[in-house]
Amino acid sequence: MKKNTYRTVKNRVNLILLTVLSIIFLFPLFWLFTTSIKPDYQIYKMPPQWIPNPPTFAAYPRVAKLINFPKMLANTLTIVIFTILGTCLSCGLVAYSFSRLTWKGRDIFFVILLSTMMLPGIVTMIPIFILFLKLGWLNTFKPLIIPSFFGNAYFIFLLRQFFVTIPFDLSDSAKVDGASEYQIFYHIILPLTKPAFAVVAIFQFMASWNDFMGPLIYLNDPGKFTLGLAVYALTSGNQGSLDWTGIMAAGVIQVIPVLVIFFFTQKYFIEGITLTGIKG
Amino acid sequence: MGKKRFFTKKDLTGYLFASPWLIGFGIFNLYAIIAAIYYSFCDYSIIEPPKWIGIGNYLELFLKDELVPTVFYNTLYYTAFAVPLGMAMAFFLAVLLNQKIRGISWFRAIFYVPSVVPAVASSILWLWIFRPRDGLLNIILGLFGINGPNWLASLEWSKPALIIMSAWGVGGSMLIFLAGLQDVPRQLYEAAEIDGATGWVKFWKITIPMMTPTIFFVLITGVISSFQVFTAAYIMTGGGPGNSTMFYVLYLFNRAFRDFRMGYASALALILFLVIFVISLILLSTSEKWVYYEARR
Repeated sequence: MKKNTYRTVKNRVNLILLTVLSIIFLFPLFWLFTTSIKPDYQIYKMPPQWIPNPPTFAAYPRVAKLINFPKMLANTLTIVIFTILGTCLSCGLVAYSFSRLTWKGRDIFFVILLSTMMLPGIVTMIPIFILFLKLGWLNTFKPLIIPSFFGNAYFIFLLRQFFVTIPFDLSDSAKVDGASEYQIFYHIILPLTKPAFAVVAIFQFMASWNDFMGPLIYLNDPGKFTLGLAVYALTSGNQGSLDWTGIMAAGVIQVIPVLVIFFFTQKYFIEGITLTGIKG
Repeated sequence: MGKKRFFTKKDLTGYLFASPWLIGFGIFNLYAIIAAIYYSFCDYSIIEPPKWIGIGNYLELFLKDELVPTVFYNTLYYTAFAVPLGMAMAFFLAVLLNQKIRGISWFRAIFYVPSVVPAVASSILWLWIFRPRDGLLNIILGLFGINGPNWLASLEWSKPALIIMSAWGVGGSMLIFLAGLQDVPRQLYEAAEIDGATGWVKFWKITIPMMTPTIFFVLITGVISSFQVFTAAYIMTGGGPGNSTMFYVLYLFNRAFRDFRMGYASALALILFLVIFVISLILLSTSEKWVYYEARR
């Protein structure tokens, strides 16, 4: 009896603590959104105008026109869609090789694969940039898309973890029936591991949508910018005369798709993070 | 032939399936590292072909470049505070979340959400929050009678500002800790309860030791990514004021893509790689003392 009341009190304290912390964590996003729908004169008000009155969405069409939103969205989505395609295709095949085929050198290459995860991206950035420059790929989406067709260590590892759980008897009986490895991959493994590919696709979406340094290095022509670059470009004016409601509206525009995807695919997120330790 | 062939059809299939990554590894890792090493011994402005200058870049880096100590200091400062703070917060949140309360998945989602916010969006948002006079943070500090600092406009407070901002994105580490906590075997707690152990004793004698592998993982990956902090500083401060947020990778980026000194930037990149490598090795060697690995079956 005594123990139970202790439990309830403890739970209640935890609940209060969690609520307070949740408010703190959400407050910046609340501030982002409310600033974007404030009439301009209210954003500098002291004490602050917590709830915009009257709320106005005027900043949205203004900033959408300014950054040429349809074009930026199309550019970003082009990169996102092709990188998802490239990643799922290449990582699926490679993971299949590392999990369900036996070949000379496989285990050594797998250790190498894991160790490349520890290699800081910045070390290889300059030679890769020069390579793409020499290929004449600057100011195109190719440097941002093509590498995804050559696999990604994290996603290969993640898919492999899923592939090894599928009973090998399935492959063996298919082989008896004369199926090739490719047919086994396509007709047996793929249908059984759709959730794993969903995890990869979602993470790749986030990575491409959120990428800043890649587009910053490779895209110079404002017509080719991604949404992230376009939003960043809004802040590069004179600090005193920045259109803050517009900038916050642009921020909201960039955030909303990831929030929507996150809320509908939470389960996959948590699975992916716990399996690989990708921190998002 | 009778003799086992050296390279069978089975091997060929394996290599074929793995070929996207094998080729990618060859180009984007192997070639790139060798090229980076070569460039680091060259004067290379892209416009003209690389010119071999021996260890000139390294001499400049270690002896002449007065900014190198600054950017190392800034990066170490950032890492030394952002990583422990982030880990402590992530662990605390994970412990709070690791219990049966209704709506726990909502709380989990809320704490994780900031880490899916794109770096550009979070940077502009925090730029707005950190404004000295009318920014949200100083308004709230004002409610408690605290006169907030100038944050990003201040030499002393610019780095702490970016560290505070990084703490907002601890959701990923939190989820990893949470998964670790859920893996701690129930029986251990039950056995301890029979022996009369209280909550704190269980926490220190069971939870923490069982969590050390996870803590170690989050520590290593956190240090590696903190050493490469870039986007927030690039967007929010550009390295200023007075180079107080000029972090290593930001400096490297400027040398490479603003001054087009690809050779020098390659030398900077390799030194950073070595530093990260050595720090990882040091952490790894200390891990034997404090990381508890369950005996494998």
